[in-house]
Amino acid sequence: MENQLTAEEITKREMEFDAKIAKGIVVEPKDWMPDRYRKQLLRMMSQHAHSEVVGMLPEGNWLTRAPSLMRKAVLLAKIQDEAGHGLYIYSAAETLGTDRAEMIDQLLSGHAKYSSIFNYPTLNWADMGAIGWLVDGAAIVNQTVLAKCSYGPYSRAMVRICKEENFHNKQGYQIMAYLMKGTKEQQEMAQDAMNRFWWPSLMMFGPHDTNSPNSGDLMKWKVKLQTNDDLRQRFIDRTVPQAEAIGLKIPDPDLKWNPQTRHYDFGEINWEEFNNVIKGNGPCNRLRMKQRRDAHENGAWVRSAALAYAEKHGK
Amino acid sequence: MTQQEALFNYSLRLGDNALVLAQRLCEWCGHGPVLEEDIAMSNMGLDLIGQSRGFYSYAALVEGKDRTEDDLAFLRNEREFFNRCMVEQPNYDFAATMMRSFLYGCLSYLQFRALTKSTDNTIAGLAEKSLKEVTYHVRHSSDWVIRLGDGTDESHQKAQTALDELWHFTNELFEMDESDEVLIKAGIACDLAALRNEWNAMIDEVLLKATLIKPSESGYQSKGGMKGMHTEHLGHLLSEMQFLPRAYPDAKW
Ligand SMILES: [Fe+2]
Ligand SMILES: [Fe+2]
Repeated sequence: MENQLTAEEITKREMEFDAKIAKGIVVEPKDWMPDRYRKQLLRMMSQHAHSEVVGMLPEGNWLTRAPSLMRKAVLLAKIQDEAGHGLYIYSAAETLGTDRAEMIDQLLSGHAKYSSIFNYPTLNWADMGAIGWLVDGAAIVNQTVLAKCSYGPYSRAMVRICKEENFHNKQGYQIMAYLMKGTKEQQEMAQDAMNRFWWPSLMMFGPHDTNSPNSGDLMKWKVKLQTNDDLRQRFIDRTVPQAEAIGLKIPDPDLKWNPQTRHYDFGEINWEEFNNVIKGNGPCNRLRMKQRRDAHENGAWVRSAALAYAEKHGK
Repeated sequence: MTQQEALFNYSLRLGDNALVLAQRLCEWCGHGPVLEEDIAMSNMGLDLIGQSRGFYSYAALVEGKDRTEDDLAFLRNEREFFNRCMVEQPNYDFAATMMRSFLYGCLSYLQFRALTKSTDNTIAGLAEKSLKEVTYHVRHSSDWVIRLGDGTDESHQKAQTALDELWHFTNELFEMDESDEVLIKAGIACDLAALRNEWNAMIDEVLLKATLIKPSESGYQSKGGMKGMHTEHLGHLLSEMQFLPRAYPDAKW
């Protein structure tokens, strides 16, 4: 689209666009937007949608083994919500001019990313608690802020999704709280899940601000409203007391309340591990991609059949 | 057999059918052919888990031995499960999954419709709620049976294979025993034999649109799910489903 505009016109429009955003006006799909804004949003939104969908897999891994009918129903409802989030965010992302099939191709070909947290395995039932509580908890911190972002469809999607994430967060915490009141084995399960999911949850907020190359533009355009480190801190501050309340230990010897800053100080994240998982070398990267690819390939004949039927019957 | 025993058996069986089918649908979660189908199969799974909880709770109440819905779901062995063999059949592929939901769903629909008039208020109430849900399951699965049957050559082939394989489990859907007899007399249960013509008509209508051929009645027909005689598949389904409560008998979840 920008090809038809002269460099001068583009500069002028970009300035108008920046001014509009500074005033807090929401950008809608039909409005003019800089190419880089469109690309950034598409990248973020498709990544987000992929995360919802890939995120169904680690929890789906325990659905058939949920230990009570109530837990099974709640977990299934939760995973179903995530599928709904995926669908909803894909639709919101489509307003930027790329369709869902193309976004999925980018995921399956390894060109698009999804949240690194889902590259960790779920190894006991308490992991369902840890994911709901920590992973959805981290997602809430992120998404509450994204609900105020400058792009209308994304911001509205976040408002709607956050309500459900709160239920996910509660059901996860409830699983953990229940296990901590249970037998010694159940308490060990819960602590084990905590030990494995704590650090990867902190990594969900992305690299240190000093190493976050995209942040500048994103902040100016209100695609991002707070820095990675600020959000991470907010998550830690709200989660530590919850852990303490049910007797879970945070696996970080450096974690302690700082009365001066009124925040928790915490230890250094293992950035080498973080970078490795991002690069595709986490414990489950290959498995998750294989699961998604298999589902997609095994479903190809079903999608073709639906298309063929619709064509035959003019629907 | 007392009416109380019959009612316990009857509720338990309805619970077993719903739970075993729900468990199969849960296996799809995250692996569906399109996201919309993940959502639809989860929907059906959720309905069925809800139905199983309703019927198990009622069975436990009728039995009066302080067992819970979870005791009934997680602490019985395969010979003590009384579901129809149809619902325990593996998912195989999407065609088999939809065909199973369709063939079983049609029976379930007719049965619940009849049970809304049960003289037992709890059964009637549970049937009322389940009927709404199963109406959707039948619509969804029959839409797919038609689309797959009348889609591509490949999908037609797969739908026909699914139908041929699952047909061996259709006769059993109508089996009844002493529990049914006792409850039919009391106006609590419904006579499944009386539903068979309508079931056939429902099936025929969809198969015609789907361009699929109804298999002959002459092949093998399973029997005895309601007596705890199952196919080899159920034991594996249960060992997975029951693992945690069995491994940690003192734990509550
Ligand atoms: Fe979500
Ligand atoms: Fe969630």
